[in-house]
Amino acid sequence: MSQKSDLIIRIGGEGGEGIISSGDILSQAAAKAGLEVLTFKTFPAEIRGGYAMYQIRMSSEKVLSEGDGFQVLVVFNKEALDANLKYLQPGNVLIWDGPEGGDIGDLDGIPELEGVITYSLPMSHLAKNELGVYRSKNMIAMGAVAELFDVPLDRLKGIVATKFGKKGQEIVDLNHKAIDMGVAYVKENHSKKDPYKVVPSDEEKDNIIIAGNDAVGMGAMIGGCDFFACYPITPATEIAYWVAKHLPKGNGVVMQTEDEISSIAAVIGASFAGAKPMTGTSGPGLALMIECLGLGSMVEAPMVICDVQRGGPSTGLPTKHETSDLFLACYGGHGDASRVVLAAENVNECVWLAAQAFNIAEHYQIPVILLSDGSMGFRTESIPTPDPSSFKRIDRKRHTGAPEDFARYKFTEDNISPTAVPGMEGCAHMQTGLEHNEKGSPNYGPEYHTKNIEKRYNKLNDIEDFFESSETDIQEGATLGVITFGSTQGCVREAVNRARAEGVKVSVFHPKLVYPMPMKALNAFLDTVDELLVPEVNYQGQLAEMLRTKTTKPITQYNIYGGLPFEPKDIVAKIKEVLS
Amino acid sequence: MTTGVYEKGKQYKSEVPPTWCAGCGDFGLLNAFMNSLADQEINVNNTALISGIGCSSRFPFFIKTYGFHGVHGRALPIATGVKLANPKLEVVAFGGDGDGFAIGGGHVPHTCRRNMDLTYILMDNSIYGLTKGQMSPTTSMGMATNTTPYGAPDNPMNPLAYVLTYGATFVAQAFSGNPKQMRQLITKAMQHRGFSYLNVISPCPTFNKKDTFDHYKDHTEELPADHDTSDKFGAIKKALEREEHGIIHTGVFYEDAEKPTYLDKVLETRAAAGGCENPDMAKIINAYKP
Repeated sequence: MSQKSDLIIRIGGEGGEGIISSGDILSQAAAKAGLEVLTFKTFPAEIRGGYAMYQIRMSSEKVLSEGDGFQVLVVFNKEALDANLKYLQPGNVLIWDGPEGGDIGDLDGIPELEGVITYSLPMSHLAKNELGVYRSKNMIAMGAVAELFDVPLDRLKGIVATKFGKKGQEIVDLNHKAIDMGVAYVKENHSKKDPYKVVPSDEEKDNIIIAGNDAVGMGAMIGGCDFFACYPITPATEIAYWVAKHLPKGNGVVMQTEDEISSIAAVIGASFAGAKPMTGTSGPGLALMIECLGLGSMVEAPMVICDVQRGGPSTGLPTKHETSDLFLACYGGHGDASRVVLAAENVNECVWLAAQAFNIAEHYQIPVILLSDGSMGFRTESIPTPDPSSFKRIDRKRHTGAPEDFARYKFTEDNISPTAVPGMEGCAHMQTGLEHNEKGSPNYGPEYHTKNIEKRYNKLNDIEDFFESSETDIQEGATLGVITFGSTQGCVREAVNRARAEGVKVSVFHPKLVYPMPMKALNAFLDTVDELLVPEVNYQGQLAEMLRTKTTKPITQYNIYGGLPFEPKDIVAKIKEVLS
Repeated sequence: MTTGVYEKGKQYKSEVPPTWCAGCGDFGLLNAFMNSLADQEINVNNTALISGIGCSSRFPFFIKTYGFHGVHGRALPIATGVKLANPKLEVVAFGGDGDGFAIGGGHVPHTCRRNMDLTYILMDNSIYGLTKGQMSPTTSMGMATNTTPYGAPDNPMNPLAYVLTYGATFVAQAFSGNPKQMRQLITKAMQHRGFSYLNVISPCPTFNKKDTFDHYKDHTEELPADHDTSDKFGAIKKALEREEHGIIHTGVFYEDAEKPTYLDKVLETRAAAGGCENPDMAKIINAYKP
């Protein structure tokens, strides 16, 4: 029996049944056992009811994506079973609520279960009748999972003790008892019929396990964020939870405003007063912010906006995956409104690009939009423990000469003007959304508008070299290049590894800076390939469209838009198809 | 004398000439405001005037302080950001009736109920002037404007009753035709701890031929000396007399300096979180170890 070092467990049930907490506990137990983890969750936009899913991928190696399907499925009810029947493959494991209790009853005559290894676990029945506490059903399931797949029981119980410790020993004991019940049931009723195992790593990893939205908050704080204003919106609100809890520890201010317009307006005001401000939102909120984004661009305000994308347009699919805000982020607004757009590939980048966004904003005096997405915002990942001391903060250029020489929008060689903030003596000045002269007074003359537009774009000329703005992975002899942005990159990375292992030649370009495009690196990459494949989770092929303005090389678009991310196998197949 | 503080009002004037029409009520406010700055010995280096869009929103350009002229309707949230980022600054927001109560109307109740540490001076001319004569939230019903040539169909709103209801802790009204009273009211508004709202009746001689200086001279009346400024219901009643009896009162309607301000709450939050200059980032990060 071969030992699997890469295991995906999916837990499905009704929202509110403890799916999320059991997934959190299991993934932490795996991380505690030295494994790398990456989770994936979907849940209904409503608070209770509806199908919820939590998937945990645990591996001895860095996990790049959600992976393909799953090996183990744990279902808490019939709805979850039905929702996943189409995904079950022969050789997969199914742990199901039954035969006594629950709403599944039996598995007789389900054709999709052909070749699937099944283990019954009457979790509802045991929770209700033996334990007497129905809501601990999820812990019974966790006990069974631990027993079947060798999840270290001490680690699992340790995590449970930490998680429920605040609620009292009684609750901890109850959950431990439920876990033991699941363990005992498996021991008494089943023998191992599948090859799957969690193999604890010997290597001690200095990792934390954190969700993408929390990581953005943490990165912002590392980057020097001291003001955050936001309006709640799924799937971005957890960024606000994080900063609301932690920024005040560093004397930062966090404010919930009446709408997204006031959030970004407050951010602009805070920036004017010298803060390093941020707001977090999703597509509908960014749409509302666009007028003020133009203001930030016009007054050259250092500021950061994180857009955790969701399915659109309109209210769309608040909790589902889509990366369709690229056009809005890069081009949204009236007039020629310069800005910088970054896209994070994974949770680790959520930390470091969020931090970097503040340096870019300060150095270039510009609004910086960081793109994340709902599935990355919600998912947890094990990442190397961030070392804040490794990050050097940059502050905007300050006027240092005689106060009478100060001009807020002075034309300089690098197009970056020295700043002054209220409180600085002798540098009092106006900032305005109107076109202005060097001193900041309104001026609509053709000379100033022309020169200022150029200034506001040309100041970004060297941004490609300001930070590690892209990553190029060229394979000798490859004619096909793959380019995507954001979290789809992880999936592409995994797909490319697999394709190469099968002897397929393919190169990849990973932009962290998506607007303005890192053209030096992109052109160097384009020189090595004949054609491009651009997978994106949106209908229009927004990145592909942008790339068409940069290259005449043929581009194959690969677009999905069903509310779920790509799986690596889809991209492997597409790479082969394009090359065939 | 410290740099940035001036003895005479005029000395606070910037080099930018006002863009207003001759006879505009906003000139009266500009003079009264500068005189009040001199009275208060305000330092231009520590002062930020924030505005939206409209004739009156050009106000900050004409004063030597720091200033920010943003987009239409957003003076209050921008001013909020400025004040919270640097509470040591004196922050005054300016705008007109359209900027403040139409496009920016959503921000007013929230700024009031937060008791945000700001002064908001609204120049009310009951018309859109910069865009040349359209109906505003305080235009009288039936008045012909360019967008309502057969008469305005909307009931005008009552700014004072509005802000009183939502919890502004200083509410006053001035008339541009009474610069002496206005100067004092500006000082009181700026000295107030918490959110202060000063409504300035500031006639537009160009686009509003109904609500003129002469009209207001006949209809404004200083609040009686025995008006109780601690009585919110009484204040609301006085504010509503505009519609009920056509009397436009000037003076301080309401004042409550005891109510906690938003900055008080920020400090409470900071204390509860154990705020300091150099927070223990490692501790925060290590809490995420499995």
